Amino acid sequence: MGLDFSIIPKHLDIILLGCAWTIGITVVAAIISFFGGIVFAVIALYAPWIIRQPFRLVAWVFMGTPLLLQLFLIYFGLVQIGVDLPAFVAGVIGLGLHFAVYNSELIQTAILSVDKGQMEAARTVGLSRGQALRKVVIPQAVRAVIPPIGNNMIALLKDSALVSVIGVSELTLSAQRVIGKTYRPFEFYILAAAFYYVINLCMEWVQRKIERRISLSR
Amino acid sequence: MTDKQDFVDIRHAQKSYGNLEVLKDISLKVKRGQIVAIIGPSGSGKSTLLRAINDLDPLTKGEIWLDGVQVNKKLPHRQYEKHINEMRQQIGMVFQHFNLFPHMTARDNVAMAPKMLKGLSKEEADKLAEEQLDKVGMLERIDYYPSQLSGGQKQRVAIARALAMHPKLMLFDEATSALDPELVDEVNQVMKKLAEEDMTMIIVTHEMDFAASVCDRVLFMDQGVVVEEGPPEVLFKNPTKARTREFLGKHLGANK
Repeated sequence: MGLDFSIIPKHLDIILLGCAWTIGITVVAAIISFFGGIVFAVIALYAPWIIRQPFRLVAWVFMGTPLLLQLFLIYFGLVQIGVDLPAFVAGVIGLGLHFAVYNSELIQTAILSVDKGQMEAARTVGLSRGQALRKVVIPQAVRAVIPPIGNNMIALLKDSALVSVIGVSELTLSAQRVIGKTYRPFEFYILAAAFYYVINLCMEWVQRKIERRISLSR
Repeated sequence: MTDKQDFVDIRHAQKSYGNLEVLKDISLKVKRGQIVAIIGPSGSGKSTLLRAINDLDPLTKGEIWLDGVQVNKKLPHRQYEKHINEMRQQIGMVFQHFNLFPHMTARDNVAMAPKMLKGLSKEEADKLAEEQLDKVGMLERIDYYPSQLSGGQKQRVAIARALAMHPKLMLFDEATSALDPELVDEVNQVMKKLAEEDMTMIIVTHEMDFAASVCDRVLFMDQGVVVEEGPPEVLFKNPTKARTREFLGKHLGANK
């Protein structure tokens, strides 16, 4: 049985809808992982012991266990304790927190490597430690790790396919559904791959734009 | 009022790291509008003393007073933080390595603290930044980032940043030591201008000529003590202590 790509246009609407879901999941999870990463970094570095220790355990769970398992736990597990999240929300939270922990590791190192004189200068004009962190140290730390955070975001895009297992019709699951009807796995998996690639290129483009914008202010 | 009396009053300042005594019982009084230079070899404790004044390097023992208020008051942690943040708003500091905020333009470097701490609106803070940057001759570069400025220009912006809080006292920690020789003068000019406006200043410096030309008093420090102090014409021309003569001999010789 040969390949027949002419079948694609007939099912393109489903694939495009899946694409939209993938983009939605990735963007929302990326935002959660970015701001979550900053919050986690500050907790890991500056929170009192009583908050820091339990937090480290949670961070370890997110880093040391499979994302797939985390998604199952959030979607199926939390129902048992009365937290019934829609699949999209569960998926976005799982992905977002998972990558927030990775971003937090990057941001922590960056915060520690901001020149000590910056904190001193900020304290000298009268800012409190918290104000100095917020306005002076953290913005510089985040600028310094934009490239590796960008890499994490591309990993996030790829891992968004895992959300299909809790029933979100994103790109991969949409492709599977079309294949279920047409028995044309090669054509539609290739198509899905092409869409992932295009989204990937867009993300790289956005990252380059951000990097160019902040290049002066570093 | 403490108008003419002991505007800055450092009483028996002591600081040690473990067994190492960096400051050994130093007392210093500065009147309002006076300019005091602190000179001495590296490791003499002069920067430590300066940094103790706004509590960046807290003293082990001793008191710092500014305009009748104790800077390093003993208070419970939270209250102390509030107190010291208020005190620091009144004490401007300029660093050897400028420490400008690289992610902000010159304008924002100057405007940020007044906006955050004095409740100025964005317009008011911007206007204040313009005034202060104009004063140090940096108005044309107001929207530049530090990475686009020369060392001398960075230091002038740093001075404007400190002045924007309308401090009662300015501390200069080797403000020109990191500059290329041809850039030193533009910073010195700004400091001279402040001197003419009767700003109270304490200056740690290696530049004897500058100290001689603007300062009311010069302190020579070595190994954590003030070896000798006096008006510049006396201390530079007729030092009484052998240690001072030795230091000045090396330094003035090296400068020529």
